[in-house]
Amino acid sequence: MGTLAAMMQWFPTGWAHYLVGGVFIGLGVAWLFLATGRVGGMSSVFSSTWSFVSQRSAFQQPRYLNSRAWRLVYALGLILGAAVWWLFFSPRQPMHTGLPVWQLLLGGLLVGYGARRGNGCTSGHGICGMGSFQLPSVGAVLVFMATAFATAQLVAAWLPAGVAR
Amino acid sequence: MNDVSSSPATPAQGGAYRLDLPRFLAVLLGGALFGFGLAASTMIQPQVVLSFLRWQDFGLVLVMGGGVVLTALAYALLPRWRQAPLLGGNFERHASAWNRDTVIGSALFGIGWGLCGVCPGPAIAGLGAGSWDLLWALAGIFAGAWWQGRQASTN
Repeated sequence: MGTLAAMMQWFPTGWAHYLVGGVFIGLGVAWLFLATGRVGGMSSVFSSTWSFVSQRSAFQQPRYLNSRAWRLVYALGLILGAAVWWLFFSPRQPMHTGLPVWQLLLGGLLVGYGARRGNGCTSGHGICGMGSFQLPSVGAVLVFMATAFATAQLVAAWLPAGVAR
Repeated sequence: MNDVSSSPATPAQGGAYRLDLPRFLAVLLGGALFGFGLAASTMIQPQVVLSFLRWQDFGLVLVMGGGVVLTALAYALLPRWRQAPLLGGNFERHASAWNRDTVIGSALFGIGWGLCGVCPGPAIAGLGAGSWDLLWALAGIFAGAWWQGRQASTN
């Protein structure tokens, strides 16, 4: 039991909700695949949605044009699922990030640019890519984990007042 | 929203994925399960993600582990058990590539993720839980995707 107690220190807020959440994420991707045959990464929707308004060649690729409708519906489902959790399984208090606007905007900008240039994010490479045992996706995950760890540790050291907790 | 095009549902060969009502509902359900998971795992709260990235709480390993295991089972087994998806069409294979763009893009993605604790899925799902701050991150992500597309178009 000593090892178990030691392991629990890694999960100060508990572990069950993490596993339950991960299983639901996997169920969502698995259901999408079973019902429609589509691979459900999340970052593509940001490029495929631009194809509605931008005529630039990168956005007008068939892979975006052909998937932009279902990707938007998929994103809508994401909002719906989180709303169900908020209404029925949460204390229903308004949620705040506690982060300054510049951090969200600049972080988001790099996330959007990087995910699209690298052709995947935590769900596309992390869940779907690794779930189909693709070595490039494993490599992508290792790269973004490394830079994310380094950045988060540096930000915590330099801007302790700028981040929550 | 449904019936985007009358072409057959073979996106790999060209033609939009025809979104009739059953497919609309199926995709919506898939997204809803995913979004529920993101919310239940508290991944829609950037503070939780940042506490993982600062090695204070390793919960994200369980989230990703649970997600990857189920996804791996589905991707490996379903095409063996069935000729086609429930609603017809074909099982898609999405091969990822390893090149300079993958490395640079993933590195920049990680820097942004480490800065704000928000990645694409939670940025969208968080809105369902009324986390309006995430609109800033969402605006940033849309701008970043546009920047990347603009750059890729002129090259």
